[in-house]
Amino acid sequence: MITQAILRALDKKAIWLVGILLVIAIAIPAGNLLIPPGQPFHVPAYIVTLFGKYLCYAILALALDLVWGYCGILSLGHGAFFALGGYAMGMYLMRQIGDRGVYANPTLPDFMVFLNWRELPWYWQGFDQFWFAMIMVVLVPGILAFVFGFLAFRSRVTGVYLSIMTQAMTFALLLAFFRNDMGFGGNNGLTDFKEILGFPIQAASTRSALFAATAVTLALSVIVCSMIVNSKLGKVMAAIRDAESRTRFLGYRVEYVKLFAFTVSAIMAGIAGALYVPQVGIINPGEFEPANSIEVVIWTAVGGRGTIVGPIIGAVLVNMGKSYFTGALPDLWLFALGGLFIFVTIFLPKGIVGTFAQWWRQARGPRRDNTTPRDTGASADRPLVAADPQPKPAE
Amino acid sequence: MADKTDTMLYLDGVSVSFDGFRALNGLSIIVYPAEMLAIIGPNGAGKTTMMDIITGKTRPDDGEVLFDGRTDLTQLDEAAIANLGIGRKFQKPTVFENQTVWDNLELALKKPRNVLATLFYAMDASDRARLDEILETVRLTARKNDLAADLSHGQKQWLEIGMLLAQDPKLLLVDEPVAGMTDSETVETAKLLKDIARTRSVVVVEHDMSFVRDLDTRVMCLAEGSVLAEGSLDQVSANPKVIESYLGR
Ligand SMILES: Nc1ncnc2c1ncn2[C@@H]1O[C@H](COP(=O)(O)OP(=O)(O)OP(=O)(O)O)[C@@H](O)[C@H]1O
Ligand SMILES: [Mg+2]
Repeated sequence: MITQAILRALDKKAIWLVGILLVIAIAIPAGNLLIPPGQPFHVPAYIVTLFGKYLCYAILALALDLVWGYCGILSLGHGAFFALGGYAMGMYLMRQIGDRGVYANPTLPDFMVFLNWRELPWYWQGFDQFWFAMIMVVLVPGILAFVFGFLAFRSRVTGVYLSIMTQAMTFALLLAFFRNDMGFGGNNGLTDFKEILGFPIQAASTRSALFAATAVTLALSVIVCSMIVNSKLGKVMAAIRDAESRTRFLGYRVEYVKLFAFTVSAIMAGIAGALYVPQVGIINPGEFEPANSIEVVIWTAVGGRGTIVGPIIGAVLVNMGKSYFTGALPDLWLFALGGLFIFVTIFLPKGIVGTFAQWWRQARGPRRDNTTPRDTGASADRPLVAADPQPKPAE
Repeated sequence: MADKTDTMLYLDGVSVSFDGFRALNGLSIIVYPAEMLAIIGPNGAGKTTMMDIITGKTRPDDGEVLFDGRTDLTQLDEAAIANLGIGRKFQKPTVFENQTVWDNLELALKKPRNVLATLFYAMDASDRARLDEILETVRLTARKNDLAADLSHGQKQWLEIGMLLAQDPKLLLVDEPVAGMTDSETVETAKLLKDIARTRSVVVVEHDMSFVRDLDTRVMCLAEGSVLAEGSLDQVSANPKVIESYLGR
């Protein structure tokens, strides 16, 4: 059953994408570790980390696309799931520091010693174990998404109202994680990591391994997402996106389909966050900033929502632009991002990939390719945010 | 009213108001198994609202709505009602425009509807044969790989009827099926519905009188949310109240 579903998922495009990601997973670390500096194909260490970060963002954007592009749920709070996964990883990395912190306390992280805490809070227990932390990376975002989604989807909250609720969720978490007494390092967050699984976190080999792990995780995410969207469930999700109430009259439990997609997506976002933290070396409440979640939406829109490659390309390109701008013209970045979003919304409503695919189909002449749904007025004109939460499909 | 137990659909004294406006006013309808009922009536009579109540879209303020003589539909939501075996074709054809004709039918096909079952669903030969058969019936075989959005209005109506067939319901609620169809398509649709009604219960709402005549079945005229007249088409159309409020206009 499962193998069948995976085989079906691996259409030609997905195989190419997974293949390219696996090649990248090997080539970039090899270029860093095996080719000495000065040689033509040497990859500098900072590039490894920078692109590792981009690929984490790509996983996050793909996760968002699963709910937004494929199921019509515009989440403006996916950064929260990313950050929670990141915090779970950060807690493990903090406990790995052991007595090498400034205060040399063998169990308590420095910030707890600083706050005069005597013992480790209950929710920090177990995070010295990698396996435990990895379970939490999946469970914490997953359970939050499940509970949030259960309440929201059962009450049939849709459209802008749902988007606003997701913003409120990430904002509430931002405020909570800022508090020192929450026990997550407050304003400063978690940082000064030393080791991951016993390997020094700054070492070139560790960075390369983390990069490879991220690329492989992205490849797995591509497989999981293709499996979902190419299945009949994917058709049900598209049906919900385009005509939610009609789907109910066919007997589908719309709330459970959405809950499934939302929870899977949140777990993917959490894993992306967990891979991100050891590569950037810090996690702080800033990751819960509502603006971060909105940026994810922009990456996805730029790349092309409702496609698998689109969000990956969008996340990498926009963040390359961001790296350039914040270095060269830091004051202009937000204007550039806003302008880009407006440009894409008006001129490329299907994003880079969607627009390119359309040109390609037109260039190949009138013969219609039925395997990929041709875009219709309905999808091209579909607004980014559905203003009417329940489009009335029937009178 | 009559004994409920052997009815397929039983509405008794159903009323509903929208902002003080009584769209349905003590409406009572009975449909028996393998029976077709044609409903006519002026715009705003409450015909579509009646279907909204049966399918769980609208909750009645008052009255009884039973399916299959025992299930109280007023307590269930849309998905549960659909899964009991009630299929509906909407007044404005509502198909999934961004998906192909084939995928629309696949979505409707009677199969387990839960998340995991749909995730791992693989179409087998008998499902495929069933869909091919439906495509033949609704004359969309040549269009099966086209997007539903590309169909003409009449073809969308037929696709929606095909989706109803794929759902394999016990009771079909068909709201204005022939709007936008050519005369010959209208005749075909009447034949198809009569054929369906040999084994299932069908409620058809339609303004097209020649189509209703073709259906050759019991007719009910609604006006202002309740039943104005009931009987054969000739009886109903001879009724002075019907002539005054509907046919005469
Ligand atoms: N959800 C609603 N909210 C407010 N008013 C409604 C609602 N649904 C129906 N109505 C009103 O109830 C009345 C009955 O409408 P309904 O659509 O049932 O008529 P109909 O008999 O199907 O007419 P038509 O032949 O034009 O389709 C109309 O006046 C309509 O405006
Ligand atoms: Mg109507």
